[in-house]
Amino acid sequence: MTAPLHETSAGEATATVDGAPDAPGTPDKSGSGGKAIEGRSPWKIAWTRLKRDKLALAGAFVVIFLILVAIFAPVIVGLLGHPPDEFHEDQIDPLFGTPIGSWGGINGDFLLGVEPVNGRDVFSRIVYGARISLLVAFLAAVFAVFLGTILGIIAGYFGGWIDAALSRVMDVMLAFPQLLFTIALVSVLPNELLGLDGSGVRIAALVLVIGFFGWPYVGRIVRGQTLSLRNREYVEAAQSLGAGRFYILRRELLPNLIAPITVYATLMIPTNILTEAALSFLGAGVKPPTASWGQMLSTAITTYESDPLFMVIPGLAIFITVLAFNLFGDGVRDALDPKGSR
Amino acid sequence: MEPLLKVTGLQKHFPIRKGLLQRQTGAVKAVDGLDFEVYPGETLGVVGESGCGKSTMGRLITRLLEPTGGKIEFQGTDISHLGVAGMRPLRRDVQMIFQDPYGSLNPRHTVGSIVSAPFKLQGVEPEGGVKKEVQRLLGLVGLNPEHYNRYPHEFSGGQRQRIGIARALALKPKLVVADEPVSALDVSIQAQVVNLLDDLQDELGLTYVFIAHDLSVVRHVSDRIAVMYLGKIVELADRKSLYESPMHPYTKALMSAVPVPDPRRRGAKSERILLQGDVPSPIAPPPGCRFHTRCWKATDLCRTQEPPLLELRPGQRVACHHPENAEGVTVPEARQSVDVTITKKPEPAEPEATEPEPEAEATADAKAEAEVKKDDAPGE
Repeated sequence: MTAPLHETSAGEATATVDGAPDAPGTPDKSGSGGKAIEGRSPWKIAWTRLKRDKLALAGAFVVIFLILVAIFAPVIVGLLGHPPDEFHEDQIDPLFGTPIGSWGGINGDFLLGVEPVNGRDVFSRIVYGARISLLVAFLAAVFAVFLGTILGIIAGYFGGWIDAALSRVMDVMLAFPQLLFTIALVSVLPNELLGLDGSGVRIAALVLVIGFFGWPYVGRIVRGQTLSLRNREYVEAAQSLGAGRFYILRRELLPNLIAPITVYATLMIPTNILTEAALSFLGAGVKPPTASWGQMLSTAITTYESDPLFMVIPGLAIFITVLAFNLFGDGVRDALDPKGSR
Repeated sequence: MEPLLKVTGLQKHFPIRKGLLQRQTGAVKAVDGLDFEVYPGETLGVVGESGCGKSTMGRLITRLLEPTGGKIEFQGTDISHLGVAGMRPLRRDVQMIFQDPYGSLNPRHTVGSIVSAPFKLQGVEPEGGVKKEVQRLLGLVGLNPEHYNRYPHEFSGGQRQRIGIARALALKPKLVVADEPVSALDVSIQAQVVNLLDDLQDELGLTYVFIAHDLSVVRHVSDRIAVMYLGKIVELADRKSLYESPMHPYTKALMSAVPVPDPRRRGAKSERILLQGDVPSPIAPPPGCRFHTRCWKATDLCRTQEPPLLELRPGQRVACHHPENAEGVTVPEARQSVDVTITKKPEPAEPEATEPEPEAEATADAKAEAEVKKDDAPGE
């Protein structure tokens, strides 16, 4: 890509940014010497900034860890736990229905104890629950971002009655009682649909509902950004070169929208995790015996006096996941801050 | 000589819409009837205060905006209402340099992709490949061709403006519309960029329409100069006549506001004209001569009858009933129109009592300069 430049690299690099007050503050990078002149893209700058943000990095590590756990759930459970649906009545005190032993039955065999009454392995269920939480949250975010970006960019770029109509639709969506709608919808869902089994239908429904109610948030942000971007002079410059509308949308506007969209998508995932947990808690989530964190919380309500740890563990799982995603998302937002990256 | 660009009766009214049904309740008459032509190889300077329609005019002749009325002919072809596709082949010949070097380059594209965009969009394969041509262009505007892969944020304002110039020149255009190309730059950088534009004109045989509010910059680059006021051209003349004997009172007022950089010569410039009041709103421009509300020579005639743009001296067109420096020049149509229009009721809108004020240098200078040199960015 780049033509090699021999002796000037470091000196040139500093010479060209002279007087540019917004020259980003990583001089150690530009002076790497002897290499070809390669511009640092806004993404690279954001990455160097993100790397300096310790909290965001911690969040990112937890997020990556959770994703790996979700992906390799069968392997992890195979090594360290028992199948999530297996009953272990031998771990249960037959008189009270509570786990034998202190701390909810935690021992070397059952790392996070067992469920009261039927004695399923809590560790396995937490690990499998991560799958549901993350899958639903990710897919819903992708769906919301997809819809929101397309409709937002159309509203912002074309304006006029299209904008007015789409904006009103967004307002209506935002005012819609999402939780009640979902509970009502799930109760009428069939057990099988389009080749999906009961859990599959529920997961698909959760993704669609959460994503569908999430897009107006993305749509509003994208619309606002598009409104401000479409009047930039570089858009006019492209027009004066004969660019059509599609070229301008794709080549001039979209690259500038990716940063805010990324930020919003990362911050949307924890919200989706919470929504999924809430819906599962209310019985509108995945069907038992498939494990999910919200559903475990809901089961724990009946026994929290005798076995409080069974409620604490899924709660902690939700808390840590949401916190990690939020820290990471905040870091991404700071790194992509438009004021610093222009 | 055939004009490269011919503009007749050009108008652009931006509608003002109100209420639920978006009914049009009025219009901003940004450009309201322009007539001029641009000849090959010349530089036409366009000056005027903030909001007088200079930039709108530039965007009309590059057809970034669709005119409300009038006609734009480029090399004899009527381009006033061509669509995106119809304009595309002509875009090669008409290019634009923008005011804001920070806003005119997409921060997400490398310099290479910015300067090669014209080739991509026009489907042109330059000799020796796009990359080589882009590097040649970067060299031409005084940038290091090796900076091909850098991003705009890595350059200073002047360098960015050079990138914008390279982009505008990529397709070897015939006409370049420069919309305040240096007003966002440092004064020291302004000279460099202006000189670069000058050199490129000689080298490539370019024709410029140079929009600016800085009279000294315009004087430096222009062959002919159009002075705009409230969407109209009030005077169009060659540089020498305009600067030495301006005929329109507005031009005269503008000229008197040009600061004299030499303190010893300050006294020599005796008469400073301080315009009173503000520029009237282009939503409801005053009737008759648009300048009459601020003109010290205004008469009843000016309040009722709009003066046409007439060639009062060879090469000097003026729209005024009572031109300055008009010894031996008669204004025939104006005289005739007196009888016709004098019976009409004079407009109640009171012009402020504005007489030429030879005032103490310091304050007058500062005020007049502030009036004229105010930064403007209409439509942004």
